[in-house]
This record gives sequence, C-alpha cells and structure tokens, in this order.
Amino acid sequence: MRHSDLKTALTDRAARWFIGILFGAVALVVLLNQLIPADSGLHVSSYTVTLLGKYLCYALLAMALDLVWGYCGILSLGHGAFFALGGYAMGMYLMRQIGDRGVYGNPVLPDFMVFLNWQELPWYWLGSHSFPFTMVLIALVPGLLAFVFGWLAFRSRVTGVYLSIITQALTYALMLAFFRNELGFGGNNGLTDFKDILGFSLREDSTRVALLIATAIALALAFVLCRYITGSRMGRVVMAVRDGESRARFLGYRTEHYKLWIFTLSAVLAGIAGALYVPQVGIINPGEFSPLNSIELVVWVAVGGRATLYGAVIGAILVNYGKTVFTGIMPEAWLFALGGLFVAVTLFLPRGLVGLADNVRQRLRKNSGTSNGSKGTDNDNQPEASHEPA
Amino acid sequence: MLRVFALALALLCLTSVAQAESPATEPTTTIEEVLQHLRSRSFDDKAAAIDALAHSGHPRADALLKALQDRRLLLDRANDRIVLGERADGGWRLHDPLSEADLGTVESRAAAPITINNRLRRQIENLQAAVGLNNPDAAQRRAAATSLIGTKDPDLLAALRERRAREDNTSVAAAIDTTLNTAALYSEDSDLNTRLNAIEALSGSLEPTVRNALRSRLDSYAPSERKAVETALKRIDARTARYQTADTLFFGLSLGSVLLLAAIGLAITFGVMGVINMAHGELIMLGAYTTFVVQQVFPQGHEWSLLVAIPAAFLISGFVGVLIERFVIRYLYGRPLETLLATFGISLILQQAVRVIFSPLNRSVVTPEWMSGAWQINPVFSLTFNRLYIIAFALTVFLGLLLVLKKTRLGLQVRAVSQNRQTARGLGIRSDRINALTFGLGSGIAGVAGVALAQLTNVGPNLGQAYIIDSFMVVVFGGVGNLWGTLTAAFSLGIANKLLEPVSGAVLAKIFVLVFIILFIQRKPRGLFPQRGRAAEE
Repeated sequence: MRHSDLKTALTDRAARWFIGILFGAVALVVLLNQLIPADSGLHVSSYTVTLLGKYLCYALLAMALDLVWGYCGILSLGHGAFFALGGYAMGMYLMRQIGDRGVYGNPVLPDFMVFLNWQELPWYWLGSHSFPFTMVLIALVPGLLAFVFGWLAFRSRVTGVYLSIITQALTYALMLAFFRNELGFGGNNGLTDFKDILGFSLREDSTRVALLIATAIALALAFVLCRYITGSRMGRVVMAVRDGESRARFLGYRTEHYKLWIFTLSAVLAGIAGALYVPQVGIINPGEFSPLNSIELVVWVAVGGRATLYGAVIGAILVNYGKTVFTGIMPEAWLFALGGLFVAVTLFLPRGLVGLADNVRQRLRKNSGTSNGSKGTDNDNQPEASHEPA
Repeated sequence: MLRVFALALALLCLTSVAQAESPATEPTTTIEEVLQHLRSRSFDDKAAAIDALAHSGHPRADALLKALQDRRLLLDRANDRIVLGERADGGWRLHDPLSEADLGTVESRAAAPITINNRLRRQIENLQAAVGLNNPDAAQRRAAATSLIGTKDPDLLAALRERRAREDNTSVAAAIDTTLNTAALYSEDSDLNTRLNAIEALSGSLEPTVRNALRSRLDSYAPSERKAVETALKRIDARTARYQTADTLFFGLSLGSVLLLAAIGLAITFGVMGVINMAHGELIMLGAYTTFVVQQVFPQGHEWSLLVAIPAAFLISGFVGVLIERFVIRYLYGRPLETLLATFGISLILQQAVRVIFSPLNRSVVTPEWMSGAWQINPVFSLTFNRLYIIAFALTVFLGLLLVLKKTRLGLQVRAVSQNRQTARGLGIRSDRINALTFGLGSGIAGVAGVALAQLTNVGPNLGQAYIIDSFMVVVFGGVGNLWGTLTAAFSLGIANKLLEPVSGAVLAKIFVLVFIILFIQRKPRGLFPQRGRAAEE
C-alpha cells in the first residue's frame, strides 16, 4: 500500500475483501431475519441481528483504538470514555424522544430529572431533541475531550505507560462523575427506557435491521477512511512517530501535531461507535466508563493483531462472540478465559491472529517455492516492539 | 409509699451491716430483695429500688444498673425472679444476676426485660455519675464530672461542690468547675456577677452541653451578659474549628498512609524495575485474604493473629509475585505496554480465582481489641487507634524498605540493575535473580499492605481494583524511582483529598484530585521528584 489516494483505499485487495465480507454477512443475516418465516430452522432471530449490530459497534471501537495504538503507538486505556460519551450524546436524544410517554409523563424533562425534582432542563441538554444537533454532538464531545487532553499530554511529551495510566485515570474520573446524580445524566441508572429513534420504534425488527445496516456502513466508511489516512503521507509520519518518536522529531516533524490529530480522529470514531451502540442495546450507564471496559477493548485489538485495522475488527468480533458463549454456559470461567487471553496473546501472539495467519501463509509459500512478489499484506506496518518508548 | 419506706429501712440495715461485716458475702440475701422490687409496675417503686441498689455498695450493683440500662435485666416469668439475659437464637440465655451462673435458655415469651422510662434512665445515669465522683481513680472522677455537665439536680450539684472542696487533682477540679459553672448559667436565682464569671470561665470549653447552656443565655436581659456570651461562643467556635482542621489533617494522614501502603510495593516494581504491574492491586487483595484465612485458622487468636498474618501475607504475595515474574514478566522486559496487558490478565485471573475459592461476597476480618477504640483528646477531637496504628505501620514499612534498599547488599544490587542492567551484569550481578527477588519484594510488601487494609475495609475480590489507579497516581505523582517522592505524594494526596471532601463531597474530591494529577503530569511528566542522572534519560 504505497499509494495514497482515496481510489486505492477503496479498491485495494484488503478493502475489497473487508467490505465484501462485511456486507455479505450483514445481508445474509438481514435476509434470513426478514424473509425466512420464524418457524423455519434457517430463521435468524432479532436477538442475533442486534447481537451482530453490537459486535460491529465494538469492531468500530476496536478499529479506532487500532488507529492510535497500532499505527501511532499510543496505548490509550481510556478509549471506552470516548465510546461512552458518544453513547451518552445519543442517549440524550433518545431520552428526549420519549416525550410524555415516560412514567411521569413530563413532555420535556426525562423521568430521572422529574424524580430528582428538577424544574427545567440543564443547559447542556438544550438542543438534544434535534437529531442533526445530536449528530454534531456525537462527534464533537469525544473529539473535543480528546483534543484538549491530547493537546496537553502530547505537548508536554507524556508518552508510553505514563500516557496509558493517565488515560485510565481520565476514564475513571469520568466514571465517578457520571455516577453522580447531580451531573444530570441519570446517575447510577444512566439513560434507558428508550422508545424510538427518528420516529421509528426501537422495538420493531425493521428498526433493528436498519440500525445494523447503518452500523455496517459506518464501519465500512471508517475502514476506508483509516486505510486512506494510514496510506497517506501523514500516515507514514504517524508510523514513524510510533517507531522512533525522537528521530521523527529530529527530522523536523512536529510529532505532537500528528499524534494529536490521529488521537482526536480516533476519539470521534469511538464516539460514533458508542452512538450506534446505545439504540441497539437500549441503555447507557456509567459502567461503560469503567477502566475494565477500556482495557478489555485493548485485548480485542491485541488478539486480532495491531496495525492492520481488519485485525482489530476480527479480534473484537471473536472475543465478544467468545464472551457471549462463555457467559452463557459457564459465567465464572469467562474472566479466567479473558485473563488467560491477555497473557497468552502478549506472550505467544505478539502480532495477534493476523500475524499468526501471515506466518502460516509465509511458511506455506516458502515450502511451495513460489516467490512472494505479490505481497499484499501489511507486514511493513507491524510495530517493532523494541522501538516502543520505554 | 409504705413499701418504699420499708425498703429504705431495709437498705439502712443493709448498708450498716455491709460496713460492719465483710461486704462481699453478707448482703447477698438482701440485694435479692431489692431486686425483687424491680418487678413492680410502678415506676416510683422502681426508682426507689434503683436508689437502693446504687447505694447498697454491693460489688454487683454497678453491673446490675448497667444491665438495667441496656435492657438485659429480665423478669423470668416461670420462676418469678429477676435474672440477667441476652438474646440467643430466638430466645433468651439466662444468667444468675449475682453469680452470672448459666441458667439455661428459655423461649422468647418466657422472659421480658424490665422496662424503664426516660426518668429512670436519667436517674441511673446520675447515680452512676454521683458514685463515680468518689471513685479513687482520677480519670473516672473526671469522666463522672463531665457526664454531669448540664445537670440542674440540686443534690448532684451539692455532691459536686462537696467533692470540689476535697478534690486535689487539678484536671478533675477543672471538670467539676465546668459542670458547676454550666449549672450556674441554668440556675434562675444566680446573680449577674456569678454568671459573668461562669461565662468567662466556660469560654474555652469544647463540651457541646456548655455551648447549649451559653446559647440559652443569649436572650439575657443584661447587655453585659449577652456580650460576654457572644465573645465566649466566638472563642469556642474558633477553638472547635481549629480542632476540626486538626481532625481533617489526621484523616488526611491516615488516608495518606493507606495510599502509601498501597503504592509502596508499586514504587519498587514500577519505580525501581520499571515494570507496570497491573496485578499489584490483586497482590494487596491476596494479603487481605491471607489475614482472613489466618483468622479462620486461629479462631481464638484475634489479638495476636495479625503477627502471623503479616509475615504470611508477605510470603504468599511475594511468592505469587516471583511466579508472575518468572513465568510472564521475564519475557516482556523492555516492552512496557505488553507487560501492562499481561499483568492485567493476571489480575483478572487472580480476582476470579478468589471469587471461586472464597465466594464473590465480602469477608470481614475481626479487628483486634487493642486496635479498636479511640484516644479522646477532647470532646471534638479524637484519634482512632486503628488509624494511628496504620500510620505508624505504613511509616515502619517505608523505613524498613528504605533500609533494605540503601543498606543491604540486595538493595545495592537492585539499584545497580535498575540503573544499568548491562553494566551490572558485567560486574557479576545475576540480574535474573535480582529481578525475581525485587519483584518478589515489591509484591510481598503489597501483601503486607493488604493485611493493614483488611483492618479498614471489607475484604472482597474488588479490593485490589479499588487501589490500583490510586497507587499508580501516587507513584507517578511522586516521581518514578524515588521512594521519598512516593511518601510525599501519598501524604499530600491523602490530605488534599480530605481537605476537599467537606467542601465538595467525597466523589467530587476524588475527581478533583485525579484531574489535578492528570494536569500535573502534563506539566511535570516525571513527577514531583524526577530521577536525575543517566537512568532518567532513557
């Protein structure tokens, strides 16, 4: 991927495969859900549709993290915060859509505000009834937070584990703040009991299918965008920063600008993932800010393989599918499995499943004696561990 | 009324006999009679019986009055007698009132506590205080005088005056003066000058009752008295505020010592070795569970089991730490982000293991007797013993660690390896072994911290998670690789947290501190006391 225009990003082999598989799977699920009658063995339940939608949101979140971690070497342990902020922005809109159908029947105030005896909407809820405004908010809030945070952190050259730890502190502080009733986001319970989105009931199968398709489109667009960026000149600089920040700086690049820009973009993508996630699961609460969530997200990317984008997607879907299966049959084993996964991946699969697949493929190719002229993978994108800042 | 009179007569005989003969054996028959009068329905009869009991001079009198106060003095309906008793699985376990011999258990309806009203309660308290005034122990006398502050009972005041004349202990005399002065404020017929003197004398007192008595004089007709009361109240408030600040500082120090304990192991593994150990909190948790297990093993040994728990926790957490180092971290040196992930995985496994073994519910650890209670310095300021011990313990562990690092051969080798691994190896230090030992030392100290934390909080699978972010904040804030920095950071963060709490509430205070640290790290990425020299330049 030496070229860097939008056309190549859209049409190169990886992008074609990725978008093809993504839309193929989504189309299959949607058709099986909508066209096959419910009593048939081939029918896919609405639960599965929503589950797939949820996985795709996680995949988008993982891709956002891969952009900063895989390509720029910034291990953010607080990306769940951006995801949750996007989710809260969407949750506010959905809360306002309930209107007077809430328990207390107040046409303006959400139930929890009536319950807290608030008389009017806080200023930061103004405008939340408008969908276009909410769309702006979804990108703006996480983006702005990331921008301010990143501007402070990168300018003073906070790197490596220090940055990881303060991002973790950031999401922890936000979690504590959102647990407070006084903040005006429903406290402990968060925002829930949503009724409809843009006038369509969230209980309808067709709305769920539409949300799934919207998520898939968002994921595909994000993939193309990230691919375009990482393939561009700027992407090369970002990777140079990852592999040797001081060297990149000595060559005259303002490394903090590149880092800030990629970090902010990644936060916006995470916010969009959160916004798509909330209408599908029907709740957003401060638990989404918990440091554990953010760190779990890191393992999705690590399992899939860093700096490939599609690796993050594969990792997010596989780990979450595992989680669904495990918590269903033996809940107490899930944390053992997750913990073991952390250790095993870092020790034995430093490049994740994608790296493993590459190794296997290369060995096969060597055995069969063919030349590797058509090398289409992103081996050159792999971070070299020894170059990470200590 | 006749009965009261007869009782008084019996009492008279009783006391004279008690004074003539040995007091322990002779009056037992008669005190039972006194107790029988408590069966009466009339509160007047009961009041007389209480008086008689208090003045009997019987060695059990005090204990029986206390039992009556606590509703532990029961009427045994089957035998129509007064017994001691406590609740035991839905019924009562009865004891003889004098010998405390076990009388077996009865069902709930077979016995009922002797009821007393507020008047009787007050009477008992006053009687206990009046008896206490003549206690040979000065501390008891002072406590009795203090407990009488606010009383208007002329008999008690007379007793106080009488004691004051004979009292030669200055602190007891001062306490009696306070009580008498307060009474002067309440008295209707005292003259203005007496009251002004009383107000002047009371103006430094911290007793809440004194403050109320002074406030009751705020509507006095005499302007001079009103003015005096206002000044006195102002002085009292100023003094109270000073002690409250001291209280906040003490709580801050105590929180700081908890942070120090939690962070100090991390200061070794993260600070000296540069290993990000996200499982540090779980090593603390292991220490806390070790305390719990040790207590289960020695059910009778709550007083001394801590002495077993501390080394046991050190060994167990240290051992787990060495295992982690040997099997995981060893392969990840120089890759801090991977280390972070792997140790986080280990922390999940340890947490879940504890959930499976000990159940997800919190376990409680019994606090030994010598750690409970408080050192009451004055009515608004007291230092609880468990917090005092934890401050002392944290400082001891800190100094111990400092000595190990600065004065022993191991410490020298640890510092050498952390400064420059290659050179250290070149000089013949087995860096592998040193790494394992250092990590074990840091982990062991985390375990010891767990023993201390088990005394303050619930022991549960999430114990470690609650401290991990705080610990990292402390180490990073203090400056990585600097033990003194960790100490300063722990105490300053603890105190800042407690100073903010009354203003903003506990959660906001924590958020403020976190935001402050995040901003601080932006300004000084290497903490308060950055390491100097080549090690810092990597």
